[in-house]
Amino acid sequence: MPAKAAKTPEARETPEAGETPEIPEAPARRGTLRIGVGGPVGAGKTSLVAALCRTLGEELSIAVVTNDAHAAQDAAFLVERGSLDAERITAVQTGGSPHAAIRDDIAANLEAVESLEAALDPLDLVLIESGGGSLSATFSRGLIDRQIFVIDVAAGERLPRKGGLGITSADLLVVNKTDLAPHVPADLEVMRRDAAAQRAAGPGGIVRETPLPTLFTSLSEHPGAPAVADWVRGLIVEHRSPAAA
Amino acid sequence: MPIFHMTRSALLLLADSRFPAGAHAHSGGLESAVAAGRVHDTATLHAFLTGRLHTAALVAASFAAAACHCENAETLAELDHEYDIRLLSPALRTASRRLGKQLLRTARTTWPVPRLNLLAATPDGGSHHPVVLGVVCAAAGIAPEDAALCAVQGAITVPADAAIRLLGLDPGEVSGVLAKLAPPADRTASKALTLARMAQLKNDFSMLPALGSPLLDLAAEDHATWEARLYAS
Ligand SMILES: Nc1nc2c(ncn2[C@@H]2O[C@H](COP(=O)(O)OP(=O)(O)OP(=O)(O)O)[C@@H](O)[C@H]2O)c(=O)[nH]1
Ligand SMILES: [Mg+2]
Repeated sequence: MPAKAAKTPEARETPEAGETPEIPEAPARRGTLRIGVGGPVGAGKTSLVAALCRTLGEELSIAVVTNDAHAAQDAAFLVERGSLDAERITAVQTGGSPHAAIRDDIAANLEAVESLEAALDPLDLVLIESGGGSLSATFSRGLIDRQIFVIDVAAGERLPRKGGLGITSADLLVVNKTDLAPHVPADLEVMRRDAAAQRAAGPGGIVRETPLPTLFTSLSEHPGAPAVADWVRGLIVEHRSPAAA
Repeated sequence: MPIFHMTRSALLLLADSRFPAGAHAHSGGLESAVAAGRVHDTATLHAFLTGRLHTAALVAASFAAAACHCENAETLAELDHEYDIRLLSPALRTASRRLGKQLLRTARTTWPVPRLNLLAATPDGGSHHPVVLGVVCAAAGIAPEDAALCAVQGAITVPADAAIRLLGLDPGEVSGVLAKLAPPADRTASKALTLARMAQLKNDFSMLPALGSPLLDLAAEDHATWEARLYAS
């Protein structure tokens, strides 16, 4: 398909004096808000993504990128529980290193996001679920606008105290499965206090002006994740306002 | 005078398996070979990589060298077509185009020079990886012989990295396997360069090598249907 190439018939490697060479640009960002959802294995990332799709699906055009080896299972779950069309879901493989695919080499995820944005234009929201990873597996800012880190009450009440980049610096920390607290047992007050302390301080322990937010959820009791959905709505409003640019 | 001068450091940057262009999620057929028990230790890995050197690596390297030399979009489209018809497995064709697209995207931010515009007209799926690699090399100030070397290295380091993860092989021993393969890898790259030059002289890219590995093609088709897989190919 050489027609379009006629625009630059020869590679001009020697820009004339004063002339700006035509530098190839990455695909322009569309208006889509990109949110990463990370956290350890089994914390409830896919459940949260499905909940958001169902709660926000009426008001927003949403797509999802998954990073799990079991792509077909994730897709089936999102179609069933998130009422999402299958064409709105793309799976990316990570070579067994979930953190690499969301942070060190985001090429495959970026390509998946851009393809969804092009195919489903205009898209309001893309949710990128990372494969279950370590407490320090956070998303690159080159891939997402905001990130949610999901942890699980059943992993023990000491988890927030351990910190790690996800807990200390994700834009939203979700402590999920509060319904399991009596069975663990875990004291939710201790978790709340420790999480607040972790999120009040930035890198190097410098106190943040405003602590980062934390939400406690039980997706089995509130399958629509209303509080997290409200947080996303707030971001959408912010993202759409001209000042955001 | 290109914006990026001929530089060996650029070659090291691009050939590094940490260069963020998506290759880490590909195994070059190794995930299937491991599952089938064909590769299970350093000796069988060595045999697998030797096979790659004489087939996929040589083909990819000759296309990368030819593309690196190429200065117009029409000829690149021809090269892309020639590479396409050499890949028998649709899954491998898709994987190669995806990798090409991802490499081009990363290169745009790494070496933002007009040379990359040569690929601007390629269809939605993107050009094949070796073709993009050649153009990216030219953009980065890497010569055709080094573009060939880079393609050869990629063809063997991708499965070698996957072997470390999938089989838990000692990473030092895997490096040892790659070191042993360095002389034949160099020879493959020189041969690829010669073949690319001959094709250029005759202005006939159908002369470029067309070596395949039927078992890898079949395995790639099967791999694409797995219920759970770590690697994209
Ligand atoms: N009791 C309880 N179970 C939950 C809750 N949220 C999720 N689960 C269950 O926890 C299990 C794991 O949930 P997923 O949503 O698959 O977790 P994930 O983080 O996506 O898991 P990976 O992708 O495998 O890392 C499932 O069996 C869910 O039904 C909750 O709030 N309470
Ligand atoms: Mg999941």
